[in-house]
Amino acid sequence: MLDGTEPVLDVADLRTVFRTRDGGVYAVNGVSFSIAPGEVLGVVGESGSGKSVTMMSLMGLLPSPPAEVTGGRVLYQGRDVRTMRKAELRRIRGGEIGFVFQDPMTSLNPVFTVGFQLMEPLRAHLRLSKAKARARAAELLRLVGIPDPEARLDDYPHQFSGGMRQRVMIAMALSCDPKVLIADEPTTALDVTIQAQIVELMRDLRAKLGTGIIWITHDLDLVAEIADRVMVMYAGQVVEHGPVGALFADPQHPYTRALLATRPGVGGPRRRRLRVIEGQPPRLGAPPAACPFAPRCRHVFNRCRVENPPRMPVGEGHDVACWWDPETDFPRREPADA
Amino acid sequence: MLSAARAARQPLLSVSGLRMHFPIFKGLLRRQVGTVKAVDDVGFDIARGEVLGLVGESGCGKSTTGRAILRLYDITSGRIELEGEDIAPLSGAALRAVRPRMQMIFQDPQASLNPRMTVGSIIAEPLDEHLRPSRAERRARVFELMDAVGLARGFANRYPHEFSGGQRQRIGIARALALNPAFIVCDEPIAALDVSIQAQVVNLLEDLRAAFGLTYLFISHDLSMVRHLADRVAVMYLGKIVEIAPREALYRFPLHPYTEALISAVPEAGGRRRARIVLRGDVPSPLRPPSGCAFRTRCPKVFDRCHVETPPLTDLGRGRRAACHLVGRPPA
Repeated sequence: MLDGTEPVLDVADLRTVFRTRDGGVYAVNGVSFSIAPGEVLGVVGESGSGKSVTMMSLMGLLPSPPAEVTGGRVLYQGRDVRTMRKAELRRIRGGEIGFVFQDPMTSLNPVFTVGFQLMEPLRAHLRLSKAKARARAAELLRLVGIPDPEARLDDYPHQFSGGMRQRVMIAMALSCDPKVLIADEPTTALDVTIQAQIVELMRDLRAKLGTGIIWITHDLDLVAEIADRVMVMYAGQVVEHGPVGALFADPQHPYTRALLATRPGVGGPRRRRLRVIEGQPPRLGAPPAACPFAPRCRHVFNRCRVENPPRMPVGEGHDVACWWDPETDFPRREPADA
Repeated sequence: MLSAARAARQPLLSVSGLRMHFPIFKGLLRRQVGTVKAVDDVGFDIARGEVLGLVGESGCGKSTTGRAILRLYDITSGRIELEGEDIAPLSGAALRAVRPRMQMIFQDPQASLNPRMTVGSIIAEPLDEHLRPSRAERRARVFELMDAVGLARGFANRYPHEFSGGQRQRIGIARALALNPAFIVCDEPIAALDVSIQAQVVNLLEDLRAAFGLTYLFISHDLSMVRHLADRVAVMYLGKIVEIAPREALYRFPLHPYTEALISAVPEAGGRRRARIVLRGDVPSPLRPPSGCAFRTRCPKVFDRCHVETPPLTDLGRGRRAACHLVGRPPA
């Protein structure tokens, strides 16, 4: 979907550090990506790879201190979010850019009715009257497939099931017709049957409203189904990025390949043994000077231990940050210096 | 005394008519206002060395089934035969005597390991409880177990918080193995772990099964992992088994509409091989289950009979059983 459409969100070289008593933790180290209207970008990686922190940083949602966004540019519809005034940022956040978090029980306030919480952004961002906000809130609940929406507005979050609560969160994120929806593991806590419902719902919404969706997950199988493009993160960096078809058919980074091999499927031939990725992601006390995956990599070269590979193009819209070339098993040739 | 041939044919575990009902109390006088039939007439066999997968959505009763079999509850009714002995009516010292033969691996290693005990003493606790070993024996056995699950011996004096999720799960597994059990209930053992760690723990469970001839009841909502690990799979819905079949048969050719929908809902990276069936609505409240077939409120193939008559779990041959009006044959 990158056929000349202007990106609605364009992020370049984003960097975030957590300043702690034990020194800095470099969580995001130069992340760049963009998303076009109506496009779904899947973001995958292990816990601690910086997926969530990246998304929180670009909207200034991390508490500071300890978090500090130390560099990068975040353009929303051509305007730099990082230099925006607070009031303008607030207008965009929760309005034009919606968020859905993993755990709906901790993101919904238990002491207010679902209706009240749905109406709040409508009144704050769209300045709707109480009656109009209520009507719109009911419409939103109907949109996400909650039966008897008028009556359910007066219910409290605990009166909804897990899947319903997640749908309420999505309704809330969609309330002001967002241009971008950032969904952080929105279905991880849910059963597969409910996940399938949410996936259908999101597909529908992106078709109807042209919302650009950033879907963070650790489930590669899910990404294969929902995403147009995929971004694989490791140690706060993008290690591979590309169209979903190319990335799954021809994964380039050893980390992407390993992630794909750790999962058995419900179809296809059954593997005798699951591939494991030995070791753990690094805790980054400094920005990585060498390839952060080198200690766990089975294709490591000497160069990987001294020089962090840049993102190099390997195909149409497909790039990888790795010195190993899976085709030749030799080091990859660097793109000619610009 | 059983003959060797008979012992080989006898299932390690045979469960029949298992019911676990929880009363619901309400109001000032705590009057009983209803019953949740968390497990309602569940039965299956597991052969020695076999892995039975138990799948279903949250709240379907799969964990309660596992806990009831290990007699962590006083069950409402049913038979639980472990190596030919019915352990359902046992209590007190008699129950305690069979506990070493059956163990459990829990979902959350964080919550199931005492933070104030060292790894060594956590693993040794079942030994202290049941065998009263000498100090040297105890130490030797703890090291043996740590070797088996791939934990360095030097960790014995450390505390659980110093370990990652995958390592903590190894500690839990070592503890479960301490008394040489024949049967282990694995209750969502990988659900709380990161993807890259899940594969390590699953491989370890397979290695241990081969090395010690273990039999597992593997409870999980992860259908791909169950397909990888289990020999046969049982599918639960609202407290009942709706289908049970050998692994490949179940995944290739599910007979119950619920099994079909469940498998079709799992995302597949290698391209979709079957049409997705999106179920409408949520699981009904177990306090007020629907009349007739419990699945009828979400079933895409529902017809008149499903509203009034509960389909029994019917033997369909070739190791397959399903509870659906559509799959049985009309009486001759």
